[in-house]
Amino acid sequence: MTAKIESFPGVYLKESDFRDKKVLFTEWNPNAQYAWDAGVAIGRYLRELKEGRLTGVRCNKCHRTVIPPRNFCEWCFRPMDEWVTLPDTGTVNTFSLCYVTWDMQYLTEPEIPAVIDIDGTRPAVGIMHMLGEVDPEAVAIGMKVQAVWKAPEEREGSILDIKYFRPV
Amino acid sequence: MGMRHVRRKVAVVGAGMTKFVRRAQETAKELSYEATKMALDYCDLGLDQVDCVVHGTAPDSFDGVHMKGEYLADGSGAWRKPYTRCYVGGGTGVFAPIHGWYHVASGLFDVCLVVCEEKMSSCQPHPQGAFLTIFDHTTERPLGPNLLWIFAMEMNRYMHTYGLKKEDIARVSVKNKRNAADHPCSLLGDADITLEDVLNSEVLAWPVQRLDVSPVTDGAVALVLAAEHVARRICDKPVWIEGVGWNLDTTYWTNRDLCYPRYVENAARMAYDMAGITEPRKQIHIAEPYDPFDYKELHHLEGLLLFDRGKAPEATALGITQRDGDLPVCPSGGLLGVGNPIAAAGAMKVAELFWQLRGEAGARQVPGQPRHGVAQAWGDLMQVGTVLVMGV
Amino acid sequence: MAILEKVDKMHQAVAWQGDIPITSRYTAGIAGEKFFRALKDEGRFLGTRCDTCDLVYVPATMFCERCFAQLDEWVDVPSTGHLFTFTVLFRDLDDQALEVPRVLAYVKLDGCDGGLVHYLGEIDDTELYIGLEVEAVFKDPANREGSILDVKYFRPVVD
Repeated sequence: MTAKIESFPGVYLKESDFRDKKVLFTEWNPNAQYAWDAGVAIGRYLRELKEGRLTGVRCNKCHRTVIPPRNFCEWCFRPMDEWVTLPDTGTVNTFSLCYVTWDMQYLTEPEIPAVIDIDGTRPAVGIMHMLGEVDPEAVAIGMKVQAVWKAPEEREGSILDIKYFRPV
Repeated sequence: MGMRHVRRKVAVVGAGMTKFVRRAQETAKELSYEATKMALDYCDLGLDQVDCVVHGTAPDSFDGVHMKGEYLADGSGAWRKPYTRCYVGGGTGVFAPIHGWYHVASGLFDVCLVVCEEKMSSCQPHPQGAFLTIFDHTTERPLGPNLLWIFAMEMNRYMHTYGLKKEDIARVSVKNKRNAADHPCSLLGDADITLEDVLNSEVLAWPVQRLDVSPVTDGAVALVLAAEHVARRICDKPVWIEGVGWNLDTTYWTNRDLCYPRYVENAARMAYDMAGITEPRKQIHIAEPYDPFDYKELHHLEGLLLFDRGKAPEATALGITQRDGDLPVCPSGGLLGVGNPIAAAGAMKVAELFWQLRGEAGARQVPGQPRHGVAQAWGDLMQVGTVLVMGV
Repeated sequence: MAILEKVDKMHQAVAWQGDIPITSRYTAGIAGEKFFRALKDEGRFLGTRCDTCDLVYVPATMFCERCFAQLDEWVDVPSTGHLFTFTVLFRDLDDQALEVPRVLAYVKLDGCDGGLVHYLGEIDDTELYIGLEVEAVFKDPANREGSILDVKYFRPVVD
């Protein structure tokens, strides 16, 4: 078909067409603001973070211990059996060195997001967080890391109560 | 699973698409119309001969129109017709044809229009504002994430597990952008691009570099599906939908094995089983896996069971996946070359298989009269696999 | 023993606040570009005509939704019409009382099969009813931008 059709529709605009008002357009800000209920499981996760603790859950049917905690086991489709306090140490499963922000502004020093498999989970599973106090060139998969917490009076019950993870 | 017993055959009998552009002047309705009209004209059908419409379009927040499917319905030919909208993120482009398939295979309808559309350029300052919802609002978004993080981390894990270097992956970008130079709708086709160009492009989120990524794009693709008795009457060479498969994994992406897409394998097995494909490496002649990033083509080829785990890069280096290779992969140019309007990109791959299997892909034509192809799309919260097996 | 606890103290019920930070930018489109330029530059309405279905679409569209024909025939449409329906608004989007109630109407324009949703103005001494004849009041050319607000409001036609 593409050998038979001579032209395809689609009018290409440049960013300058908008800036210079060569085409007509309207703008609207939906102002979408939310208050997301943390729920039972993450509610407790956040409360424990305020106390300086990482928490997971265990399913006694499939014998997994997982983090972030959830009310039910999505494998077995039954409620989780126990809360488990986990160590705040883990292993870097994967990471990236990011030089841009979400709206494509450039950074001179990279941010280092990582998936950190938390010790005590079974099979090893993790959470996303940032790495800090580390030379970007030195970060490696398999590196052992530990959470660096905010001072107790600064914690709010948030994932940011952990400032970042640093190499052990 | 019993799907082999579905007796009513369904074929793709027409396809149409707009150019994939960075910012379209057309409204979302107009984009849908242009693609749909082309598909209908192709098989000389009028709207009155269409029984139902399936529409695939991604988050409302991209186009900025709430209940976007209903808004686009008239541009998709759905005025006063039975209409369904479906959405699984990037997986939609193959998911919508699957929905169209069972609309017809069930016997409820004879002719179904499948229309996929995306206008991401409406989302300012950057569609990432909407994409960021891929990260959990409470446990991940406070970290100030960038969508690139998730792909970069998956890519890193894949490279680490199999001891790959950037060159092994960048070759996919070169192949697809060169292939796309022959696609009349492509945004980033480049016949002269080299491996060095990709490796020297700026690092965005290591290991992801600028030329590893497909861009924000606007576009629409439409397909006409027909039951066998209609297809044989109106189409000289219908392309049959032989197998469908779809599968969803957990959204706890940090709990998943990031170097292997199990959900793609599950969807592929479902589709192969239905199509009676027992040896995909021999029986599939063209593959159009989803390639929003170059490493994803490799990831998905392995999930589609077309190469052993970790072996797709080697096959790429050997030229096996070139258009004239043993298993051409993304002869269209893929998302990396043609563009990535989220819901429409997968449908572009289905349209490509339609043209390829009919011998009508022009300069992109895979030689040797291919008879079976597989299209696959991926997306949602990074955990959906949707697969279509087509054949003549 | 499975976890099926509920939150029993109010302070434990946590809501995490955030937003989805986007602004939408909508092009007028292929047909819209022409429709709104006519409104901006000439202070008039345009429609597109489908011969097959004998319909004139306002606002102008690129295609006929019924027969799917591409519409290339553009026609002038009067800026007069009648109230097809209307409502009186007493509160705003954030549920705050409006100082002065506003009337929103769907005005069916003469000579076509469509119309416009817009506000009514200059209606202090008018009894509003469905069928009331109205006409568009346009902003000064210098203030028009190619927006639906280039129409200030519709007002009753005074004989």
